[in-house]
Formats: sequence, structure tokens, C-alpha cells
Amino acid sequence: MTTTTLTLTVAVAGNPNTGKSTLFNGLTGAGQQVGNYPGITVQRKTGRCRFGEREATVVDLPGTYSLAAASPDEEVVLDALTGHIEGTPKPDVVICVVDATNLRRNLFLVSQIAEVGVPLVVALNMTDEAEAMGIRIDARRLSERLGVPCVATVAARGLGLDELKAAVATALDSPGKFPPVAWPAAVLSAARTLGGNGESLRLLFDVDSPLVAARGMGASQSQAHEALRAAGLDPLSIEASTRYAHIDRLIDGISTKAGPKRGYRADAVLTHRVWGLLIFAALMFVVFSSIYWIAQPAMDGIEALFKWLASAAGAKLASKPMLQSLVSNGIIGGVGSVIIFLPQILILFFFVAVLEDSGYMARAAFLMDKVFAWTGLNGKCFVPMLSSFACAVPAILATRTIDDPKARISTILVSPLMSCSARLPVYVLMIGAFVEPNYGALAAGAALFGMHVLGLAVAIPIAFVINRFLLKSKPLPFLLEMPPYRRPRAKGVFLRMWRSGWEFTARAGTVIFAFSIVIWALMYFPRPPEVRERVTAELAARGVTEEKAVEREVDSAYLNQSLLGRMGKGAQPVFAPCGFDWKITIAVLAAFPAREVLVSTLGILYASDEEDETALRAKLAAASWPDGKPVYTPAVAAAIMIFFAFCLQCMSTITVIAKEAGWKWAGFAFVYMTALAWVGAVAAYQIGSRL
Amino acid sequence: MTLRDLEPLRDAELTAVTARGVLAQRLMAMGFLPGARVRIVQVAPFGDPITVELDGWRISIRLSEAACLDVKESA
Repeated sequence: MTTTTLTLTVAVAGNPNTGKSTLFNGLTGAGQQVGNYPGITVQRKTGRCRFGEREATVVDLPGTYSLAAASPDEEVVLDALTGHIEGTPKPDVVICVVDATNLRRNLFLVSQIAEVGVPLVVALNMTDEAEAMGIRIDARRLSERLGVPCVATVAARGLGLDELKAAVATALDSPGKFPPVAWPAAVLSAARTLGGNGESLRLLFDVDSPLVAARGMGASQSQAHEALRAAGLDPLSIEASTRYAHIDRLIDGISTKAGPKRGYRADAVLTHRVWGLLIFAALMFVVFSSIYWIAQPAMDGIEALFKWLASAAGAKLASKPMLQSLVSNGIIGGVGSVIIFLPQILILFFFVAVLEDSGYMARAAFLMDKVFAWTGLNGKCFVPMLSSFACAVPAILATRTIDDPKARISTILVSPLMSCSARLPVYVLMIGAFVEPNYGALAAGAALFGMHVLGLAVAIPIAFVINRFLLKSKPLPFLLEMPPYRRPRAKGVFLRMWRSGWEFTARAGTVIFAFSIVIWALMYFPRPPEVRERVTAELAARGVTEEKAVEREVDSAYLNQSLLGRMGKGAQPVFAPCGFDWKITIAVLAAFPAREVLVSTLGILYASDEEDETALRAKLAAASWPDGKPVYTPAVAAAIMIFFAFCLQCMSTITVIAKEAGWKWAGFAFVYMTALAWVGAVAAYQIGSRL
Repeated sequence: MTLRDLEPLRDAELTAVTARGVLAQRLMAMGFLPGARVRIVQVAPFGDPITVELDGWRISIRLSEAACLDVKESA
């Protein structure tokens, strides 16, 4: 990920909610690179910073309470600190960010990191909050006690960062020494049987740890535990009790006694069983309506801009039809289909950043946890799930707020089932053409609402099945810190928005663009001139010469015999049980880039005026099989809607799943949703046509 | 009695961690150790999870996890 390899690496580690990322942002500025660690869905953030004379790569490690590697986040922290991650060298110095209001618990991780054998600098952060609570910690005395430099900082206001950089520069040359824990002799000798290096205490203490499995140390660990038990020590609790006793001695008398903890007062209202839920519902309504409706003008603007660009470029290239179509429909259309997601992504991440930085996200998870717990999901899945009713793309990006990997994967896999805004044009066309005229406006409204409930009703049991039978790893315990409420900082919020937007464009955008070009080619080629001549002649014989009408018929004929058109005709037997004719089948295939493309493709196939949807509705209603029976019965319309409710005809969602969880899961999502869509459509058609 | 059975807002002292495996290790790493003072400060609207105050900070845990923490109510 780094463009130039710097010889020095400085890692930033610490507990969650300590202002670690704010401090990282303060050190590195906006020039950060964001990606994933190889083969794992943990975000990797790096930047650069000068420490004295030297410039170093700064790595922001995930926030964890312990090095015990039970979650992917913790595994990354441990692997990064021990130099086991490709492309992330073992750090020369680790900045441990500790919350000054909670020194004891924070030092647990610090003392674990010290044992790995990397030089430390402690950033004693949020000293302003601590002082407001009456906690005063003398950083110099703490440095003496801990044997490593401790610098008081207020990262949110950029205070103490220069002193911190100076301390890092010093530590690069002369690392201090954190006082080692006085482990019982039995622990030390057991650790020696497990390699006797920086990892061996972790190999000794951590149960169910992927690290133990990766090093093939399962049997050795069991033996070491036997040795501990023989010495009268409990392998499960000996680390925490000894370590905390050690920390208590280290910090004895170091700080003034804490007054009452501040920043929790709002909990009385915000987690109240009536007011809390009402405020939660109101806030979620604001979030949802912002991504659903407020993003709309921006999206319309982007669409109009790209339409204008396409026609402007098209006019310039009128003499070269193929290049014209490639540029207007393929390239400009492809870029447009990436940019179109930015308004929703930016708006959602504005809210995600504000909700997380203020501490409210933890409360939202607390309020909603019970609703999700039985499925194997947890309260943190709520915001992404809700967002996916607007669009699965930003929602899947927002699943990064879910730290339990199992819950995160299942949320990613079921989010695309929620009825997103791209399905709306399909529903509106079908309901407008076949439900409203036959059954009235009330039925039309009920059908539209029903389609939205359907996705949720199916997603929840599927999440349960995925968690229960597919994801084999053990669920992580639900232990969620409730940080004190804090005022979000504009800089942090905007950095987060910028990063998520940029990351989507850079990582997913390229793949989405490539998909667009492929689909364009499938719909464009082959294009023999005889087709145009034949259609023009046929129309002229019927007295049709109006240029636009002729162009529509020509486009329709070309799409018919294009590669995609041939694929559609070939695949029609597969969709026959759903009641789909070959035109619907082509439109279904052509909708792979995005579901709403179904409408415009049907428009081309029926040579209908693209500005006038009522014309298309009339043409659909008049369409018939060779034997004269209508193609579009209410049962077929229902089958189409159900198919689009469940299918994953959305290259952007597929790409984002692949980027967040890997192509294996993206393939799985596509296959299971397509199967579900087909079964649902067959059921709807077969039952519907017998009623 | 376990933390699950503790009345909200009553002070208690943790006497034992009966959880196993990863859960036990995590709880203890966060400071749920015998001798720690705990108090339930919030119960979620649907009865589960609960928010526990420990050492001046707050953490939300599920009832099933609270059942793995033995406590003694302070007089």
C-alpha cells in the first residue's frame, strides 16, 4: 500500500474509545492510505510522520483491550507487533494511546505489548477529561514508574503531539524498559516450553487462539497448562490477576482519586425504555431519510451531468458509431455508475462518524441487541441493516462498525435482500402496469409496502441459518464499552467521510467500471449493418419513416441479436417456469449492472419512447405470446417483482462484498440470492396463475 | 448469586468468574476480577443486555454473560 518504503515504522495501538484514531489523524494529516490487511477484512490505515530528523510510516492498529487473539482485530495487532504481517514490518516504536480517565484498564494492553519486546511510548490521552473529573496524573512521575516515556496529550485539540513526536524520536535511539511482570516461576518455565520469545506468553495464556493454531502449538499449550495446574495455578485467570496486581503496584498513588465520572448523564434519557427507544427511532428516521431522500437531488444531479457528458461526447463522435457508443454508454456511463453512489456513502458515513464519535452508536447497539441476538447478529448490525433499505453499497461499507467478524459477514450477506431504492423503478413499473389498473390504488400501495417487508422477512431467518450452519467459528462474546458522551469533532467526521468515499471510488470503482465495459460490449456486439438496413426497409414498407421511431426499432433489433440478447434467448427455458419470455430474460440479464436497468432495457426491447413510461406500460400490457395469450399477467408481474426483490443483479453490491469480505463470499451471495429469486419467482408465477 | 440476579443500582463485589474460554479471558482482561466492585446502571428496553459500571467506566454485557459472574451484594 505504501508508495515508498520507509525504513522506520511506528505503530499506534490502544484500547477502543481512547482517541487513538484522532491521535493518528493528528500525526499523519489527511495523506493516509486505507486498505485491508492481506487475506483478512481488517482495515489497515497508514500515513507518514516526521519524528525529529526521521520520517516513518505510521500504522494505526485496530483498537483492542488485550493481545489475546480471539478476534481478527486482535490477531492483526499481535501479528503486526511481532512482524508477522507481509508488508507491515515489525514496528520500531509503538505509541500506546491510553485513556487518562481509565489508566488501570488501559495499562493492561500496554504491559502485554511491552512483553512482545517492542519499544514503547505512552500517549496519556484525554488528560482534559481526566482533569475535569478531578484526576491529575503527573506524566513525568508516570514515566519514571513505567520506565518508558509518557506524554500527556489531548489529541482532539492537537495538544501534546509535538512532545509525543520528540519522545518517539528519542525512543527510536534509546528505548526504555517497561518493568516486567513478576510472573510465578511456573509461568516462566511454561513459557519457555513454548518458544521463549515475544509470543510465548500469548501462546501460553490465549485459549481458542488462532495464533496457537497457526504455530501448531495446540498440544504444547495443553501440556503447559497441565504444568501450570500442577503448580497450583489456573491457566485461565493467572494472566489477568497477576498483571492487574502488577499494574496496581505500578500506578499506586500516581493519580489523584477520581471524582464522579462525567459524560454519562444523558444515558438516563437515551437508554430509557420509552424515551430511549423514541429518540432512537427518531434518529434512525433522520439517518434513513437523509440517505433515501436527501441524497436524491445530488444523485439526480450526477445522473444529469453524466447524461449531458455522454450526449456531448456522443455528438463529437457521431462519425464513429462504435467509439461513440463505447465512450457515451460504456466509459462515461461506467464512471457515472460509480460516482452515483458517493452522495449516499458520504451522507451515511457522516452519520456513522457522528454516532460513533459521540458515543451514541454503542447505545444504539445496546437498545437493539435483544432484537438481533437470537439470529447470531448483535445490536451493532442495526445501522447497516437499516441503511441497506436505501442502498446496500454504503450499508456494506458501514458494516465495518461491527467488530464481531461472524456478525459482520452475515450482515453483509443479508443486507442486499433489503428492498433498496434501485428496486423501486421495477416495482413502480410492474405495479403501475398490472396491479393498479386491475385492483386499485390501495392494492398498489399495499403491494409496494409488501415488497419492502418481504426482504426483511426473508433476511432475518437467512441470517440465522448463515450463522447457525455456515459460519463455523465461535461467536465472540458481546462485551460493549459504553464510552462517555463526547462532542464529535468536525475534522474527524470529515476525514472519515472523505476516506470512505475515496476508498470506495479507488477500490470498488475500478471493478464496477470494468463490469460496465463488459456489459456494454455484450450489448453492443455484434452489429452487422444489414440489421439496420433490413429494419429500415421493413419500416419504410409500413410507411414509418420518422427518424426517432426508426432509431428505436433499430436499437431494439440490434439488442435482440447482440451477444447478451442471444444469451437471453438461450437462457429463456431456465426462466420459463417463472413465466418469463425471452424479452424479460434479456432484460433480467441486462440488469446485472443495476436492477433499475430492467426498465430501460424493456424500453429498448419494446422500442418504446424512453421519456414516456406510460407508453412502455401500454406496450407491456399489449405484449403477447405467439399463441396470442398475454405475456404480462398479474402472476408474471408478481414473479418479476419477487425475482428482483431477491436477486443480486447489482454489480456494485457484488463488488463491494468482494472488497469487504472476499470474492468467495461475493460469489456465495450472488448464487444464493439468484437461487432464492428464481424459486420465489417460480412460486409466485405457478401459484399466481392458478388462482 | 450472579450478576444477572443483582438488582439494578445495588453495589456488589465480584467473587468469582465462572465463565470458560475466550469469554472468561475477555472479562478478566477488562477488569472483571474477584474483588472488583460492580453495579448495574442500565437495563435495555427489552430486558437484555445490561450496562454494568466497573471501576468508574461502563460496559454493556448480555444476561447470559452476566450469569457467569458471581457477586456478593455489599452491605
